[in-house]
Amino acid sequence: MIRWALWILGGILLGGIVHLATVLAMPRAASQDAYSRLAGLTPVNSIVTLPAPTAQHSVLPFMDPAFATAVCRYDLSAGTIKLNAPVSEAYTSVTFYTRDSVAYYAINDRAAGRRAIELDLMTAEQHAQVPEEQDVTAADRLIIDSPTTTGLIVLRALAPEPGLMPMAQRALAAAQCKSEPIE
Amino acid sequence: MRLLVGTFFTFALAAIVGLGTTWLTLTRGVAFGSLTIGAWTAWPKSGSQDIDPYAHAGIARAGELPIGIGDGVAFYARGDQAGHGFDGRCTFSISGATPAARFWTVTLYDANGRLVANTLDRHGFTSQEVVRETDGRFTIAVAPQARPGNWLPTGGIERFVLVWRLYDTPIGVAATTIGEGPMPAVTRKGCS
Repeated sequence: MIRWALWILGGILLGGIVHLATVLAMPRAASQDAYSRLAGLTPVNSIVTLPAPTAQHSVLPFMDPAFATAVCRYDLSAGTIKLNAPVSEAYTSVTFYTRDSVAYYAINDRAAGRRAIELDLMTAEQHAQVPEEQDVTAADRLIIDSPTTTGLIVLRALAPEPGLMPMAQRALAAAQCKSEPIE
Repeated sequence: MRLLVGTFFTFALAAIVGLGTTWLTLTRGVAFGSLTIGAWTAWPKSGSQDIDPYAHAGIARAGELPIGIGDGVAFYARGDQAGHGFDGRCTFSISGATPAARFWTVTLYDANGRLVANTLDRHGFTSQEVVRETDGRFTIAVAPQARPGNWLPTGGIERFVLVWRLYDTPIGVAATTIGEGPMPAVTRKGCS
């Protein structure tokens, strides 16, 4: 009797370990995460406008249909990324995600305070190599450190009314995401 | 022999308990640090690097991209504040005001995060589209059949989810305190 109780206790404890291990491994093991879903649709280091979600098809779940969405799937191994996103008339935001879907940085048009959101994206190592005086003189240059070499930049422009969707899409179509080789 | 049976039993039990609890937590959407106002719950930390492992696993499994904390915050509702689950064959009313935000949108999804087909091609409202009363408050009827005013069609599906997204808002940014923003009240009006 006691022996079986011990076996059961052991099984539950071991089950707890299995539970924690699978939860922690999930972001790396998931084959249908956002990056994998977008990998087939988007070339690397360029901006692609995603089709608006409909009842029949949505690239990602829980997309906001009031927004035009564009993605730059980046790879920093060849160089840093220069992002330029003109802001639309209503509301524009840029969100940076790691390879495993963690939103590590987000900025909107008002926080950027200009007519375009301009950013440099690099890894921590690349950032360390940026000459210091360049870092200081270009004070208006916003540098973002990416925790992973690959990831996603998602640009969202709001269409407050359905009729304004072309305006939001035009704003995103003018955005640029360029890889700049390191000298 | 007894040892062998016991070991086998323990491993089998571990697999059932471990994988079962993982499956349950990921499909039910367990996450910590939630912010609940009435029927609405948000997980502001899911939009930052402080995302907890459960929310992270759930997002990776679903293929979602959470809204970044510098962008806004998303509130989810799966039922009214009295605890009735959202059923597309029933009528629900959303009314009141919203916390301070530059823009907001409300969207109706099925349980898997897809939009629901309807004749109007309406899947939600934005803060500019919604028809308001003179005092700025509004009422949205979430119903299978057409309603006057703000009608959000359910398409008659069995279960739906409402997502209220606030853009450029102080809510959720100050992670320590809830700004106790008023969120719209959600009540069930009846079922057809």
